[in-house]
Amino acid sequence: MEIDRRFGEQVKEESGAEIDRCYQCLTCSLGCPSAFAMDYLPHQIVRMVQLGLRQEVLTSSTIWVCADCQTCATRCPNEVDLVGMMDVLRETSLREGLVKERAVADFHRIFLGNIAQWGRQHELSLIIKLKLKTRDLFSDLPSGIEMLKKGKLKMLPERFKEIKSVREIFRRAEK
Amino acid sequence: MNQPATAGLKYAYYPGCSLEATAREYGQSVRAVCSHLGIELTEIQDWSCCGASSGHSTSRQLACTLAGRNLALAEEMGMDIAVACPACYIRLRNAHHEMQKDDRLREELSSVMSLSYKAERGARHLLDIIVNEIGLEDLKSKVVKPLKGLKLAAYYGCYLVRPPELVGFDDPENPRCLDDLLDALGAEARDWSGKVDCCGGSLSLSKREIAGRLVSELADMAGRAGAEAMVTACPLCHANLEMRQAGANGKKLPVFYFTELIGMALGIAEARSWLRRHLISPSGLLTSLGL
Repeated sequence: MEIDRRFGEQVKEESGAEIDRCYQCLTCSLGCPSAFAMDYLPHQIVRMVQLGLRQEVLTSSTIWVCADCQTCATRCPNEVDLVGMMDVLRETSLREGLVKERAVADFHRIFLGNIAQWGRQHELSLIIKLKLKTRDLFSDLPSGIEMLKKGKLKMLPERFKEIKSVREIFRRAEK
Repeated sequence: MNQPATAGLKYAYYPGCSLEATAREYGQSVRAVCSHLGIELTEIQDWSCCGASSGHSTSRQLACTLAGRNLALAEEMGMDIAVACPACYIRLRNAHHEMQKDDRLREELSSVMSLSYKAERGARHLLDIIVNEIGLEDLKSKVVKPLKGLKLAAYYGCYLVRPPELVGFDDPENPRCLDDLLDALGAEARDWSGKVDCCGGSLSLSKREIAGRLVSELADMAGRAGAEAMVTACPLCHANLEMRQAGANGKKLPVFYFTELIGMALGIAEARSWLRRHLISPSGLLTSLGL
């Protein structure tokens, strides 16, 4: 197990989360809706970041099965911003190619790719691209067909004039 | 907490992507109800996606400038934003908050858009506007067809109440405004403990098993509390609750948008046509109650 002594400081700096305040009361983990699907519970991730267990944290399922519901940070008695911490951990894990839960990261990539292309989300192509990417074509087919029949999925993406500035936002954020 | 100042009841309307597709009935009911209640919505021309959870999971700058672009367009119109999707709502509130304190982000956005964004205009959720600007007394006085006998579980989910310092216009653990609104429409809001639990909507497509378990637990809880249907103000919760509900004993709980119920109670003629888009039909339930 490799220890990276700078890791905790880096996460604090980038997220502004005061993780040193954590006294391991478990409030975050007890209220976490995705806890049952995690390899480490949220309070354990906080401790692991403090200790510098960089690799274990960045390759964990936890940071990707976090549903971003904000319950942990809202209830934390020490106001540790776990939500900001999770964002930074995901950002770093993506940047360094350490993502364990491919489907979740694929979802984000396809979601943002569509916005960069059209400026707005086109749900039908988002679903189709994700299903192709994760080779899971049939699981949602019945409800997909039902939604098409009820006019809940647009066939073509919407277009608007000022798409230039959206693309510029993406170009500059990637720098 | 400080809400942005309103200019009468005129807002720059930010529909967001879902309200034009998977949540079309929400979009339609929002426009009809606002027009009926005298809330003037002017759609932001050239609005773009807020980035949702994919934006801030990837880059803070991207998340803030993507959402901020829409705030800047609204500021040019001289209005605050009215938004009905809580996932857009939290991104807009977050971008506004970040831009108020971070000059660099504001300059970044201004340079992309070749305008000067001052972060003076913010965003409010439509539920907040109806409860706190129109007021429930006023709403109640406009009800022509009370939703008598309809037992409902008001489901707030995450982003209407959390994090409270950013989005909250009600208590983060036991909010009441949607319950009170349903009571004002003549329905019966049942007390239950799942109102702010997460449905796993952001994982509905990428981690179906997590979303499925959370949704089924919620529906089960609502049913045990005596509710015959759930009510949401979120297009992602709605899609998730409709698609992923296991349906204990072969029975699935219908899910209404709060604006659909307002529309029905106010006697808006096209209200029934919105409900036809639901995957779990509420028509049996409504007919049995004579609604």
